[in-house]
Formats: sequence, C-alpha cells, structure tokens
Amino acid sequence: MKLQSQAIPASEAFRANRAAHLDALRTVEAAAAEAAAGGGARARERHLARGKMLPRDRVANLLDPGTPFLEIGATAAHGMYDGAAPCAGVIAGIGRVHGQEVMVICNDATVKGGTYYPMTVKKHLRAQEIAAENALPCLYLVDSGGANLPNQDEVFPDRDHFGRIFYNQARMSAANIPQIAVVMGSCTAGGAYVPAMSDVTIIVKDQGTIFLAGPPLVQAATGEVVSAEDLGGGDVHTRLSGVADYLAEDDAHALALARRAVESLNRTKPAGVRMQAPEPPAYDPDEILGVVPADLRTPYDIHEVIARLVDGSRFDAFKPRFGETLVCGFAHLQGCPVGIVANNGVLFSESAQKGAHFVELCSQRGIPLVFLQNITGFMVGRKYENEGIARHGAKMVTAVATTAVPKITMIVGGSFGAGNYGMAGRAYQPRFLWTWPNSRISVMGGEQAAGVLATVRRQAMEKAGETWSAEDEADFKRPTIEMFARQSHPLYASARLWDDGVIDPRKARDVLALSLSAALNALIGETRFGVFRM
Amino acid sequence: MRTGPTGRGPRVRRGQGAAVSGMFGRILVANRGEIAVRVIRTARAMGIDCVAVHSDADAAALHVALADRAVAIGGAAPADSYLRIDRIVAAARETGAEAIHPGYGFLSENPEFVEAVEAAGLTFIGPSADAIRAMGLKDAAKRLMAEAGVPVVPGYMGTDQSPDRLAAEAEAVGYPVLIKAVAGGGGKGMRLVTRAAEFADALVAAQGEARTAFGNAAVLIEKFVETPRHIEVQVFGDGTRAVHLFERDCSLQRRHQKVIEEAPAPGMTAGMRAAMGAAAVRAAEAIGYRGAGTVEFIVDGSDGLRPDRFWFMEMNTRLQVEHPVTEMVTGIDLVEWQLRVAAGEDLPARQEDLSLDGHAFEARLYAEDVPAGFLPATGRLAALAFPDGVRAETGVRAGDTISPHYDPMIAKLVVHGPTRAVALRRLARGLAQTRVAGTVTNLAFLGALARHPGFAAGDVDTGLIARDLAVLTAAPGIDPVTVAEAALSAADLLGPADPQQGFALWQPLARRIVLRHEGRDLACTLEVRGPDAVRVHVGEGNPVEAARLGGAWRLDGAPAAGVHVAGGRVQVFAAPGRVFEIVDPLDRAQAITGENVIEAPMPGRVVRVLVEAGVAVAAGARLAVLEAMKMEHALTAWRDGVVEEVLVEEGAQVEAGAALVRLAPEEAAE
Repeated sequence: MKLQSQAIPASEAFRANRAAHLDALRTVEAAAAEAAAGGGARARERHLARGKMLPRDRVANLLDPGTPFLEIGATAAHGMYDGAAPCAGVIAGIGRVHGQEVMVICNDATVKGGTYYPMTVKKHLRAQEIAAENALPCLYLVDSGGANLPNQDEVFPDRDHFGRIFYNQARMSAANIPQIAVVMGSCTAGGAYVPAMSDVTIIVKDQGTIFLAGPPLVQAATGEVVSAEDLGGGDVHTRLSGVADYLAEDDAHALALARRAVESLNRTKPAGVRMQAPEPPAYDPDEILGVVPADLRTPYDIHEVIARLVDGSRFDAFKPRFGETLVCGFAHLQGCPVGIVANNGVLFSESAQKGAHFVELCSQRGIPLVFLQNITGFMVGRKYENEGIARHGAKMVTAVATTAVPKITMIVGGSFGAGNYGMAGRAYQPRFLWTWPNSRISVMGGEQAAGVLATVRRQAMEKAGETWSAEDEADFKRPTIEMFARQSHPLYASARLWDDGVIDPRKARDVLALSLSAALNALIGETRFGVFRM
Repeated sequence: MRTGPTGRGPRVRRGQGAAVSGMFGRILVANRGEIAVRVIRTARAMGIDCVAVHSDADAAALHVALADRAVAIGGAAPADSYLRIDRIVAAARETGAEAIHPGYGFLSENPEFVEAVEAAGLTFIGPSADAIRAMGLKDAAKRLMAEAGVPVVPGYMGTDQSPDRLAAEAEAVGYPVLIKAVAGGGGKGMRLVTRAAEFADALVAAQGEARTAFGNAAVLIEKFVETPRHIEVQVFGDGTRAVHLFERDCSLQRRHQKVIEEAPAPGMTAGMRAAMGAAAVRAAEAIGYRGAGTVEFIVDGSDGLRPDRFWFMEMNTRLQVEHPVTEMVTGIDLVEWQLRVAAGEDLPARQEDLSLDGHAFEARLYAEDVPAGFLPATGRLAALAFPDGVRAETGVRAGDTISPHYDPMIAKLVVHGPTRAVALRRLARGLAQTRVAGTVTNLAFLGALARHPGFAAGDVDTGLIARDLAVLTAAPGIDPVTVAEAALSAADLLGPADPQQGFALWQPLARRIVLRHEGRDLACTLEVRGPDAVRVHVGEGNPVEAARLGGAWRLDGAPAAGVHVAGGRVQVFAAPGRVFEIVDPLDRAQAITGENVIEAPMPGRVVRVLVEAGVAVAAGARLAVLEAMKMEHALTAWRDGVVEEVLVEEGAQVEAGAALVRLAPEEAAE
C-alpha cells in the first residue's frame, strides 16, 4: 500500500533539519572534492604534459557516455598519512561499458606515483571483493610504481595485502569473471603481475612499462644498462614478450581497445528476480533531508524515509502489528523487488524474531534485502535478558549472516553495538554498505562509553574511600566523549573503508538501485541457514 | 496558409457544355517522380483511376505506390522505359486507360508520342502534335512568333549548321551570344560564348550535349542580354482560345538551371503584365494551343520593367516544373484544368475571371554537392521531412533512393504569402525546418538565397547567383550549439535515458567526444549531470547547457534542431549539409590518399578516355569525360605529370570515387 507521509515541508523543523543535513553534506562534499583532485595541481600538470589523461578522465572515457558511476571509497584515506594519499591513490567504482556493468580500478599516478599505501591496498581489495561477489568484470587502468616502500610492512606481508590482488585476479578469472588490464604508465615489480595475470592486456606505446625490476635495479643487480622502453615498453611486450596483447597509440586508443575487449565478453545478467516497470517514489527523495531529524537522538518514523526511496512509495509491511521497532516489508526499487528491514527504535525480542522471519522469507523467495540502519542496539535490562533477548537477537544475526540473497546496507542514522550485527553491518558482508553524513558508528554512544568508564572508576574510588567531584568526572569523561565523536564520524569511518562511501541522502534511491543492479550480475544462490537457537 | 492546389481560393466555374460524365474514368501517367505523384493526386481528387508506369529501378517508387495500377515498362535507363512510346501506349491499352498524361520531360514534348497515343484511340493530355512541332524547333518557333507579332530576340536559327556559318552568324549578332540546342530545354546543350576565340570549343560541347540529350545536334545562336530576367507567362488554351494565368519570374538561375521561381514577378507593372500576357495569348492562339503551356520571355531588367524590353524566347508545350507558384497565386489547379480540357470541356475560366492573390515561391531541393561545384549526388534518403505550412511536391519518401538514373531533384518547396516579403520569410523558415539526411543537398544554398538581401529587395536577374556564388555557397560558421547537439547525439544521449543516467556520487564524469568536420577535429567534453541535463564544452568558450524539458531537448534555451546519425556520421538539421564524422579512437588507420589518382567525382558513365599510359599531361589537361545526369564532366589533371595507367575503359559505368586514371608519382615523372 502507498505510504502516507506526515511531513510538512513548510514547517520550521523540516527546514531546520534540512539546513543541518546540508551543513553535514558540505563537509563530505569538500572531502570528496579534495580526493578527486588527486595529487594536486602541479602533479596533474606534469601528468598532462606527458600526454596522459587524468585518471578520472580515463575512467570517464572507458565507460559509456552518461553511464552512472557508482564510486567506491570516494573519500578513502581522508585525513590519513597527513593527507598524502587523496582517494587512497586509486579510483574504484562500477560503471558500464557497452551496457555491461564493470568494476574499474584506476591508479592515480598524480598521488605519489600511484604507489600503494595500506589504504590503497585495502581499497583495491575491496573493489575486487565487490567484483567477485557480484560477478563484475574487472578493468585495471594501471599507472603505479608498486608498493609504497616506507609503508612496506603494512602493504606487503599479510593475507589482505599486496599479494592478495593477484590471488584475487586468478580466482576471479577461474570463476569466469574477466580480468582486463590497460597499462597506461608504470607497472613495476609486484605491480607487473596485474597485467600479467589479466585475461587481456592493453599497453600504451611509449608510455606503459611492465617489468619486475626497473632500469636502476637492473643496473644495480647485473650491471646491465637498459632503457625503460627496451626493458619493458609496449613494443617489447606486444612484439617480443607477449606479456601484453594490444599496443595502443595513446590513452584514448587504449581505452577504446578496452571497451572493445568488454564488447566481446558475451555476458548476460542471470534472470534471478522478477522485475517490474520502474516508477519514481510518490514523495520526492529530495525531502529526505527535511524528514530526518538533525539530531540522532530525536526519534522519527522510518516510513518517512522508505516513502522517499521505493517505487511509487508503495510498501507491503510484514507483521505491522508485531515487533514494531523493526519495520519489515516488500517493495520495489527501480523495478527490482526488495525486502526492506529498517529500524524504528531499539530492538526487542519480538523485533528480532520478526526480522529473522522476514529474512527467511526473502531468502526463500530470492528477494534482495535492503537494511536501513538506525539502531542504538538491543534493549537492555533484566526483563529482556531473562526472556532471552540474546537468543532472539542470535536468530536474527544467524539469518542475516547466512542468507544467500544480496544484502545492501545503508546507515541512515546511528549504528551502535549488536544492532550493527543484526542489521547487516560490515562484518556481515553486505554486497554494499553506504552511510549518510549524519550517521555515526561506534560500539556504543560516546556518552554511554564515558559513562561506563566513569561508573567503573567511581566505584573503585568509592571503595578506596575517595570522593570524585562532578567536575573531575566531567574532565575524566571528556576525552572519551571526544574520541568517540571523532571516530564515529562517517568520514573517519569511510577513510578506513569500514563502508563503501558516504553518500548524499537525496541520492540514496539511486545508490540503492545501482547497488542492486550490480548485485544482480551474480546468480542468487540457495540459502542454507545455520542452527537457530529456538 | 495554402497547402495544396485544390483546396483553396476562388473555385472556377465548371466549363459550359461539357458534361461531367465526359471525364476520363482512368488515365495513365507516363512519368515518374514528383510530377507523376502530383498528377495522380489531382486525378484521384477528381475520382479518376490512375495507372503508373515504371522502370525496374522505380518498382518501389512513391508514384507506383500511389497508383491504382502499375505497369513495368523496362530498364532503368530512360531510353529503355520512360522514353519507350510503344510500351507506354501498350500499357495504357492493356489497363484500359482512356488518356495519357505525360508530365514534364521524357515524352512530354515529343510529337511522335502524341501521334502514337492518338493512333491508339487514346487522348493525349496536352497540346496537339502540330503545336508541339511548331514550338519544338526554336528557330521555326521564333519565325512563327515574329510573324504573329510577338517580339523576338535577334539571332540565327537557320538550317545551315556548318561551324563556319554558325560562327559568322554569331559574329553578326554580336558577342556575347548563346548557343542553344534547337530541340533543347532545361539548359542542356546550351553555352554562353563571350569571345569569338571560344566559339568553336563551345559549339562542339553544345552539339555533343544536344545529341546526347535530345538526339538532335542542331543549335541556334542568340543575342545574349546582359542584365536579363527570365519572366514567363503561363497560358492555357482549348485549341482555339487561350487565357494567361499571369507571369512567373525564374531569374534565379545557376548555369541556366532554375533554382527559385516566384509569382508574380517583382517590379511587374500592370502595363507590362498586360503587354506580356497579350503577347503570350497571341503566341498560344497562333498555334491553336490546347492545354497548359508556358511562353518564356527574356526581359532586359537593366532599367526596370518596360513593355518594350521583352522578347519571346521559346514556348514550352507542357506543364512546367514551377507551375505550383502559379497555382498558389491564382487558386487554380492546373492539372485539373488539363484533365478537363483534354476531356473536351471548354476553357474553365475567362480571362476576366482570373486574378492574382498574394505571392508565391518555389525552391528546388536537389541532391547535389554544392561545395564540389553543384555535382549531382545520389544516396538513400535516411530522413526526409517537411515542415507544416509548406507545400512540398515530392516523389520520394524517407528510405527512398536518389539514383544516378534520373534527375536528382528531391522536392519542390512551395510557399504562399499575402506579400512577397511574408512569402519569402515563409520560404526561409520552411527551408530551415526541412530535414534531409542520407545525401548531400543544396538546402543550405537555397537557405542562403532565401536570405539574400538583393533577392529580398526584388533585385533579381539571371546573373545574381553567379555574381554572389562565393557568399551563397560559403559554409556557415560552426555554431557551438550545433556542435554540442552533434556531440550529444554521437554520445547517444538524446534518446530515452535511464533514471540513473549521469549519476555520480559527487562530481560528474567528463566524457570526450571528438567530431571531425572538414578535416578538422573538434573535441567536445560532455558532463552528463542527469538523464535530462548535460553540460557540453566545445572549444574554449562558455559551455553549452543542454536540458530536456517535457521530453524535448533545448540547448542554451533553444530547441534542438534534430539530428540524423548513420554510419559514424551525424548530421544536425540546424546546419544543412554539415555532417560531423564521429572520430572513433579505434580507427587509427591513416587514410591512404590517392593524390596520384583521378577519381570519378560522381557516379556516371565514362564516355571518353582522352589519354593513354605514358602520355605527359599538363595541369588542367582533360583526361577523361564522364557523363552523369545527362551532363558531361571533364576530368582534368590537377598537376603536370605522366599518365601511368588508365584504369577504366570507355563506356564503363563507374561509382563515385572510382579510380579512373593514375598519374606516375612526381619523382618518376621528371
């Protein structure tokens, strides 16, 4: 049935909310602009002077004109490494080539020569993970000096470090997820394996190089003096070594060759879901900024958000009279059927049982799940513990963890404690996880955390016969509160890739639609649930 | 606005005496293209069945589709079909047609055809064979007219066709003179000679063309009037009496081919009109003319229009191409009159019943390559649409082909207005909104003419186009908005879009599109900002903002002109003839330039090869002669050199771009 909004766009509250959200949005926007500028004006000029396209233009000219581009980690590494690695030095995202959705991973050589910081590795691996889970062909636009040497300990040795990139390429290739590399600059040392491990490789003449060791290292090791071009240039690799398959005249030609390579992949989306004709919501998604309170602590009806996300604002609520703090129901998003699980207050036992039930339904029917997270956690207290809220919560967590349908999570408010688990937080491997600028994520609220620490300390002091003034207690709590405030900010979270990006809530519908569309490239499998504690 | 010849104006009284039941039940239209369509339309409106004839090449043509019956009469070449008297008459008999309408061109002025039709017991919708003969040979016609008291231009029209005699006569008339085919028309077999030294060559060329086009090499010599205007009078006779339907001005000509015609003639005075009309009626009645005819006069316009400064040129014993302008200003359907008079009715109106209303223009839209020197072109009309408010006479539809076998006219655009100024503005607007794709056209040239200040001022003479040719054929500057529309279309962004088109989390992506125009690359950057909004950067200036409102694109506020895309090329209808090539980065192969090869500029038949391998030629030397569209085109060496190889044989039919002669590379030539 069609949802009826209670919001009054002309109201004071609506306008105040909107102003606060726009303010939060500006901060993120500035961070994204900084990231998009890469290594700064001088580095960009040098890059252009070499006849190269800027990395974002490479992405644009690889993809179909007008393609939606769902960027991953647009503010990755924000505020890290003293700002040395904007966007983590690599652009990643999903776009379309000849209509085929692909994952593009594009080094930004204007950022420290495209070398891999720890967050660069993490972002590259996350993009590959998305590609692997959603069966998206990968296009690597390579222009990188390899591992960032000062950070080698955090880049090279561990499981989820540099080597994993090539492991993933091999595994994806085995799973018939095409791997295509375009070498548009350096591709040195370990990086040489990106093109070498690809199914199809294109290299730009007099610009791309691939070698395990560059000329200086060769000279040091063997005394051989050789130019980069003779060592591993495009001519060498397409004519002599066979490391690359096509020689391109320049960036534009190379990207056109890559587009042609995608054209011949012969892939179709598996027909997994029953699509219907898309329809815009009856309420303008733009109003989300007004209907969501500026203060996380102010309760509101999550139906106001759902009404601005789903087709025709139509929502078929499941068990509407039971466990009302968890809203579950069926809807369509850009024509795709979805099961929506959304918080409308703290989770009780009934809410968790209802959630588990609903996830079971969606799993049975092969309907993708969308989680709208705004959760302070499960209800606490004797009554709830005694009735076994942990047991009921476990059911929901089990269902969410083991379902085989695609999960897409959007943190629209708070994401605190075990609520994060039941609502498909990062650890529960949703296909995509997006956050809003007003959202906050931490194990608990800063006030509560400081309160817990203060309570423990006060008890210890009282036991020792000491007294603690309210002022001293406030001083004690302040650093904790401040730390939580800083670390729970969505930009802090996104910089560390705890999510796939902070988004403009007005674009939430588009982001969900594009995430779903990407997810539908992989066949939806059969679900096998674990043991539910009954 | 008038949109057709039949739906307007003062209805003329039915002719007295002729019963409606005397009208034909079925006629055969012995023609093709727009005139066949035109005749069928009126005949249909009068309840007459129509039989079409067609060549093999025209089996799917519009005139065939519109007819009640169609008969195939032979091969593509006119001599095998539309000029086959026997087959056409047989087709009429087989299908039970009672009369034959000849249209214009082909057999329309062939007295043997008239006789064959009548011998078969059918009615020829047109004048008698005698009348055609009387006017068909221009020298005889002039003599006849002079005797009838119609003023004629000084000249020689004798039977002695020896070059010496002709040259002597030219000298006697005084240069400049015109050499014209005696049996000719339409500018074929016609040459202007300004000096005695050029006479011999021009004579050979004119005779050659006359022989090809009309099977009769005889020519006449005529005084060339220096600031001439071509004004013709439409007449209509019933075999004894004739009326005139006022004049048309056909002064806008290029190399004796009419380009834009109008009625009435600018600057025409009542006295001049009366004098010309009376002379034309005298001419028609002198030969007992029946049906629609046109008396052409040459007028010396150097000193305004004066009743003593017009001379008889010739009489066309058929319906003219430009007859619609007369229909528009008189409200008469000339084809209807033709049918009624042929069916035995008296003249449908008396002279005093006829009046002029407003002003009309006709522009002839051709498939031709204007920058290449108005070379006839061919091609499949991928798009063809005319705006409302314009009477478009056409024999083709979108999807049809302009073939090398026939005249490359696509359509005639006819407009009417209460005044000349309004009509001319309607013409300019109608041309601007006409959409043709799939072949090059003269649309831009016609548009430039319609906006020509001298033409607008009514200051017309037959030399106008030649004088201002550079301006009229100059490529208009490339407007960034036009380029932007081409780029949007090349990027396939103008059609239906996904709601997520152009989606980006933060900054839009900037996609490059490179278009090539006249050898120059134009780089455009497209920032797609949503399904209905694109910012297009073209060069250094301000970006063009494209927005879709209510399903229609606007660029910088102005409605998109519309585009046609095919085969890696985009045509924007805002700038006719401007075709942008979409540069594909994959297409890196350098075009091999055949700078040593002389190519056929258009499809045609190689009628003469003038050189052989090993011959040294000077720049400008004629290498071969190509006949196309009944015109002979000399192919010349563009530099000094030695012929290395002749790649075609005489008589070969070649496509445009076919290699004909190869010169030895320059080093080898020395």
